[in-house]
Amino acid sequence: MIPELGHFALILAALVAVVFGSLSLLGAHRNQQAWIALARPGANALALLVTFSFACLTQAFVVNDFSVVYVAQHSNSLLPIEYRVAGVWGGHEGSLLLWILMLTWWAFGVAQFSRQLPDTMVARVLGTLGLVAFGFLLFILFTSNPFERLLPGATEGRDLNPLLQDPGLVIHPPLLYMGYVGFSVAYAFAVAALLSGQLDAAWARWSRPWTTAAWVFLTLGIAMGSWWAYYELGWGGWWFWDPVENASFMPWLIGTALMHSLAVTEKRGSFKNWTVLLAISAFSLSLLGTFLVRSGVLTSVHAFATDPRRGVFILIFLVAVIGLSLTLFAWRAPKVGLGGRFGLISRESMLLANNVLLVVACATVLLGTLYPLLIDALGVGKISVGPPYFNAVFVPVMTPILFLVGIGPFARWKEASLPELLRLTRWALGAGAIVAVALPLVYGQWKAMTALGLFFAAWVVVTALQNFAERVHHTRGGRSLLTAVLAQPRGFIGMHLAHIGVAVFVVGVTMVMSFEQEKDIKMAVGDQVSVAGYSFRFNGVRQVEGPNYVAMQGNFDLTVDNRFLRKMNPEKRNYHSSAMPMTEAAIDAGLLRDVYVSLGEPIDRDKPEGEWAVRVYYKPFVDWIWGGCLLMSLGGLLAMLDRRYRVKSRRAAAATAGVQQAARN
Amino acid sequence: MKSRHKKLALIGGALAVLGIIAALVLNALNSNIALYISPTDVAAGKAPQDKLFRIGGMVKEGSVSRQADGVTIAFIVTDTEKDITVHYKGILPDLFKEGKGVVAQGRLTADGSFSATEVLAKHDENYMPPEAAKAVNDAHTRAAEKKAEDAVAKPAN
Amino acid sequence: MNRYYWIIGAFAALVALLAVGLNLNPRDVPSPLVGKPAPVFKLAVLAEPEKSVGPEDFRGKVWLLNVWASWCVSCRQEHPVLVEFSKKVDVPLIGLNYKEVRGDGGFDMNKMPADEEKKLALQRAGKWLSEHGDPYRLTVMDLDGRVGIDYGVYGVPETYVIDKAGVIRMKHTGPITPEVLAKKIMPLLAELNR
Repeated sequence: MIPELGHFALILAALVAVVFGSLSLLGAHRNQQAWIALARPGANALALLVTFSFACLTQAFVVNDFSVVYVAQHSNSLLPIEYRVAGVWGGHEGSLLLWILMLTWWAFGVAQFSRQLPDTMVARVLGTLGLVAFGFLLFILFTSNPFERLLPGATEGRDLNPLLQDPGLVIHPPLLYMGYVGFSVAYAFAVAALLSGQLDAAWARWSRPWTTAAWVFLTLGIAMGSWWAYYELGWGGWWFWDPVENASFMPWLIGTALMHSLAVTEKRGSFKNWTVLLAISAFSLSLLGTFLVRSGVLTSVHAFATDPRRGVFILIFLVAVIGLSLTLFAWRAPKVGLGGRFGLISRESMLLANNVLLVVACATVLLGTLYPLLIDALGVGKISVGPPYFNAVFVPVMTPILFLVGIGPFARWKEASLPELLRLTRWALGAGAIVAVALPLVYGQWKAMTALGLFFAAWVVVTALQNFAERVHHTRGGRSLLTAVLAQPRGFIGMHLAHIGVAVFVVGVTMVMSFEQEKDIKMAVGDQVSVAGYSFRFNGVRQVEGPNYVAMQGNFDLTVDNRFLRKMNPEKRNYHSSAMPMTEAAIDAGLLRDVYVSLGEPIDRDKPEGEWAVRVYYKPFVDWIWGGCLLMSLGGLLAMLDRRYRVKSRRAAAATAGVQQAARN
Repeated sequence: MKSRHKKLALIGGALAVLGIIAALVLNALNSNIALYISPTDVAAGKAPQDKLFRIGGMVKEGSVSRQADGVTIAFIVTDTEKDITVHYKGILPDLFKEGKGVVAQGRLTADGSFSATEVLAKHDENYMPPEAAKAVNDAHTRAAEKKAEDAVAKPAN
Repeated sequence: MNRYYWIIGAFAALVALLAVGLNLNPRDVPSPLVGKPAPVFKLAVLAEPEKSVGPEDFRGKVWLLNVWASWCVSCRQEHPVLVEFSKKVDVPLIGLNYKEVRGDGGFDMNKMPADEEKKLALQRAGKWLSEHGDPYRLTVMDLDGRVGIDYGVYGVPETYVIDKAGVIRMKHTGPITPEVLAKKIMPLLAELNR
């Protein structure tokens, strides 16, 4: 009964979405107050219905209702409760429902925190979100109903994919989808602005905190996924340039460009067209990612089991959402160029360069991702594009961005002077040079790429601190240092924190790429292997029982300089209800390095107590990669909470209201 | 006049940057794509001699053997028609199994075997990797065609 | 017209590529076996394990070969459709039980002797059919999945339509829905039986 209620709630939600979506857009167009007033309650009702539906599906998982096909395919009565809940988004249908849930929550958020916005604007934004939600609801109802019944019910479920039975999965997809879907708000603001013809600074200011919020979630989601791949897949890698990873990374690149472009539009009123186009692109790439993952056109470790009907549906939806908004853009975008004059060397030009580079980076990722498809479509053959392509293209494109991250905040709007910029950043240049020369030598080997990475990391950190210190100094005015620091706008603190996060990330990547060590080796009981001074002694394996698996658990002693550090227990798991074995690595994490051991396979399958193939790793600074992402998100969070969004926009709303009043009089 | 110069400089700079990037992308793409080739095509000599490529098929039952070091492995990949021996040093993926689909990336060696730098077994219990499935499928097509030809040829005799 | 229309052009090209890509979907491509003679096999029958049958036993009839296993969840989904079908239509429906024991994954195949595997497979398959209804004229046991490989089975369930001359005329991947049955399989059967 409850699954039917959930299904019914979804149907109702689709009706609500299409009715309130079209009425609020029409109302805003014709200036009908009664229809405009539908937007907020409509969005609230939509969120309520979808939340209810999601709760119904969760309930089916919690009580092991195997008469629901989706539950029978993705759960099992032996599955621990937290994974049963996470199992809700463990497959295509449920994760699509999660996606819709997030979308309606974003719409709900806009409905709540938009008191200061003009009602017509809110109606246009929520109406657009409502129609997007309607498309997704049709998709789930017609091709991917998670509430479909299995009659007679199964006595036991097939179990959740063991790869997904991990705390990482419990939070990775929700974070990622929050980010993906969050760009729908920026998209809706852009469409609303195009519809109203008011592409102004006020629009950029309204849209900014939402964009930043989505970006924060996406950053966390991607970092979480990367961390999960690192410790769960047992391969020791943290990024594989897999199509599905690329699908989440492309919106991130465009989203990053969008955040910076919005800053220019808000403060200087320039880049309007460009900003709108980025806002449309960020969400379009989220949709494209969905298409690539769920239609089966690209092969990937993450791919869902596919159904051609789904691919056709998303493609049509893609054409509708992106095609209509691009047409709207081509039709309504102001015919002026970048708007506002600025010098060749200025804050604007640097932000423009940053934008162009990020877009180019995104385009190269898109090309690498779609190239196999293109070759296949031309009938030339089947190919795959490997990580070396992405690394070869990505590093040269991103390097100038790191330079701009350092120098940009010093540049004045409109016109900056090059000699002054050089004078201001000479300390950072010096610090970078010293670090670049010295630090690699500490690790025993000087390589150009290592030096380059470390140079830019130091450059970004020193410039950020210096720029921050200067501003504090100028605005101090007799207060205590701490008060002056805390009095800085959150947006300003957030920016520098995020930039320092980029530097931390760069350190992690550079050090891992330059100095990691790896050994695959056969080990018998009592054998010892060492990497980078860390020595692993193998004490054998034993069988252990988990709730829904049996595992061979290895026992290793980790020592450094003959000093015992800890025991390490990597596992090779066999889940009862699935044929897939799983590797659980044992990791000793540290600030400056991780050491990592995982079990390969027994040399002789019949003698698992004997010799094993074992992989050991030494990974310097690897945790800085995710630490950097965390700092970036934290910076974004601060920027999003900047006080002036509320204060100023209230004033702007008052001004708009005043104009309307004047117009009426 | 001055602003026109500025504009020209900007456009010129942008074009130069785009050119460099395009060259970079094409070069990287050219040297980092791996063509997919079936064991039958390898046997027919269609594989590139000094370039990275991928083969797909099934791991032949009973063909996996290990050298004394424990991590150098040899196995046979088959598309049911032709076989190819693959050498690999390292830990095999969890899903690698005899009788299951597999994709290996690497180069051809002088003795005609395949030296893999990467072994992928991306399937769950029901599905083969598409490249592996394609190899097996194509071999079937050829076998069926051959049978049909034989059938046609016989009455003519 | 204005200068932004090129963006729409670029987008249209992307959509065209994706649309073509959809049709390249490796699982959507019709099986190369369609139009070719059904591969031969000689497999034990579930109900009488000492007897074995092959495609030549159905020569002169239009018949269906349905690949299934008791561990396959989607099979359970299509099963009522098959039961209903077998009651109404007089076309032999042959079950190919695919890797009954091996496919399950809950067993250590290295430790199981072949005869024990066979015994267990017969028992599991028989039990499943008695629980869910048996739509099959007979079921053959493909314990090690070799025949499945010959037929190019990607996943379970799959269904093949084979004509009087023993040629495969259609392959359906995934569970049979009433829609697929009514719109694709029934018309084909009618045509082949004409």
